[in-house]
Amino acid sequence: MSILIDRSTRLICQGFTGKQATFHSEQCLAYGTQLVGGVTPGKGGTTHLGLPVYDTVRQAVSGTGATASMIYVPPPFAADAILEAADAGITLIICITEGIPVLQMMKVKNALRGYPDVRLIGPNCPGVITPGKCKIGIMPGFIHMPGSVGIVSRSGTLTYEAVFQTTRAGLGQSTCVGIGGDPIKGLDFIDVLALFQADEQTRGIILVGEIGGSAEEEAAEYIRAHVTKPVVGYIAGLTAPPGKRMGHAGAIITGGKGTGQGKVAALQAAGIAVVDSPSAMGRRMSELLA
Amino acid sequence: MNLHEYQSKALFADYGIDVPRGQVAFSAEQACAAATALGGDRWVLKAQSHTGGRGKAGGVRVVEGLDSVAAVASELLGMRLVTHQTGPAGLPVSGVLVEEVRPIARELYLSALVDRASARILFIASEQGGMDIEAVAAEQPEAILTCSVDPVVGLQAYQTRDLAFAMNLQGAQVAALGRIMQGLYRLLLDKDLSQVEVNPLIVNEAGQLLALDAKINIDDNALYAHPDLVELRDLSQEDATEAAAREHGLSYVTLDGEIGCMVNGAGLAMATMDMVRLHGGMPANFLDVGGGTTAAKVAEAFKLILADDKVKAVLVNIFGGIVRCDLIAEGVITAVKEVHVAVPVIVRLEGTNAEAGRTMLAESGLAIIAASDLDDAASKAVEAARA
Repeated sequence: MSILIDRSTRLICQGFTGKQATFHSEQCLAYGTQLVGGVTPGKGGTTHLGLPVYDTVRQAVSGTGATASMIYVPPPFAADAILEAADAGITLIICITEGIPVLQMMKVKNALRGYPDVRLIGPNCPGVITPGKCKIGIMPGFIHMPGSVGIVSRSGTLTYEAVFQTTRAGLGQSTCVGIGGDPIKGLDFIDVLALFQADEQTRGIILVGEIGGSAEEEAAEYIRAHVTKPVVGYIAGLTAPPGKRMGHAGAIITGGKGTGQGKVAALQAAGIAVVDSPSAMGRRMSELLA
Repeated sequence: MNLHEYQSKALFADYGIDVPRGQVAFSAEQACAAATALGGDRWVLKAQSHTGGRGKAGGVRVVEGLDSVAAVASELLGMRLVTHQTGPAGLPVSGVLVEEVRPIARELYLSALVDRASARILFIASEQGGMDIEAVAAEQPEAILTCSVDPVVGLQAYQTRDLAFAMNLQGAQVAALGRIMQGLYRLLLDKDLSQVEVNPLIVNEAGQLLALDAKINIDDNALYAHPDLVELRDLSQEDATEAAAREHGLSYVTLDGEIGCMVNGAGLAMATMDMVRLHGGMPANFLDVGGGTTAAKVAEAFKLILADDKVKAVLVNIFGGIVRCDLIAEGVITAVKEVHVAVPVIVRLEGTNAEAGRTMLAESGLAIIAASDLDDAASKAVEAARA
């Protein structure tokens, strides 16, 4: 087992014929992902990478039977793309696009409450991978290895660090979920933790957080109450100054809230093994699973 | 992106939110003309600078007589404001807002922001206006009122009445607060603001509600949709290096340490800063060169980092995913040669083609210190900066 995606996941790509989407679609195909088509309004009826292109997501769904979509649409049009996917019956929407205005995501998040079966990952995220089976997103496939650690993270490259270390330690990964660096997003830590807790393949969980918001504090409470598997935590941004956006739109300490120190304390209080160096994530997980 | 008080107040006025009568001035003469136009013989002169705490720093002054207006305006325009938010270098004063002075009966607090946890607009209000709202929240949490707006239906009249009565407003003031809140709500949505704050919102001697101060933060991601707001950008209030980085599509934040950091990915960039600190050094900056960085961007990043003469060593930390480490190595070698890097450069490469990248660095003949992992890199950088 794994969570969210596996060999049978049928995927389309929105913004399919763009440069980034083309590059990453090729990578996903090479990894073995069942990418079955794409959507670029106005280019319906053509083919791209040997796959059918549709004008609308609805046409793509009826033409391919896809249930998942990855979105590379530019920021001004990405909120529309997410809602189009939800309305067309896609149940797993993975939005890679960075730079969507937060008020647009606020409306999307509220609108998605009308689609209880839809799961949104991102935006501003690297995507989801179930190693050896299905890769949806921009992560480098080759550093992954099928295995037992579930990874959930707000940061792309820190996820790769955790992956690399757990691969080197021989543990491998069940599924890795990049939930993204934006302040308003789809799945949050808690949603993914619940999936990992219920997944048989996942024996341990690595949670990578960063400054801003309160998702790590809520995750700590959730883990204390509901997660029995060992969890290793790492929080980035302990030296970040308040009031400054550190790259990610969501990585900002405002009004004294969302500090790294507060998050570390919350995770520790919930009994989570917090490491102070990202280089120690894999090692600590090995110790806990030994 | 932030706006000046006078710019924010102009937007307030557009949205039907009452502000004191006033005019911005960029010279002592303009300040006198503004005071004359306003009439009376007492005015408040407010330094326009992107920081809070201006009053305590001497940037807000009540003056009598036109001679004093000229003298104080000159003084303010020539000063750098140093507040708890600016750091020791302070910020320049871009203008002086000259306003009428009227007796204040009460000082309230009102703000609206995008609440990430609930994905709604949240209003925050308090009877304890005119002071640091974070301190109020810490010491008297019961004095903080909130109201969460359902984006489907928008701000409801009952919600504004709730806050008005909770703040002991009376009669026409209740409706006045409603108008102000509706104005702020529309302004926030129309202009893609991440926060709008009125501190204090005053009740004057005549019982009228006025926004005595105005603070607006705009969502940077939405600036593409608001060319009118981009026009209001005041680069003199921004860190020059941060502005230059933005031009090159790099995400950069100036810090006050001695170790320059160049990293791909925001999370890894923060982690790198933290590791420098953990090993006893201080990071000079946050710099994310982006997931799909190029050799040319690496060279630009070096220039930005080295523009800071406090930098005693540069730590390059790249986890090559989509970006190949051999390309990064090439960029580092080019940059070190072209930019004449005179400080030690510590490089940690991992991921795609890391081995090839490391070999290129080792064979380059340049004094580049290779590191095996992030711990090793941070400790070597701290050591090199001390040498």
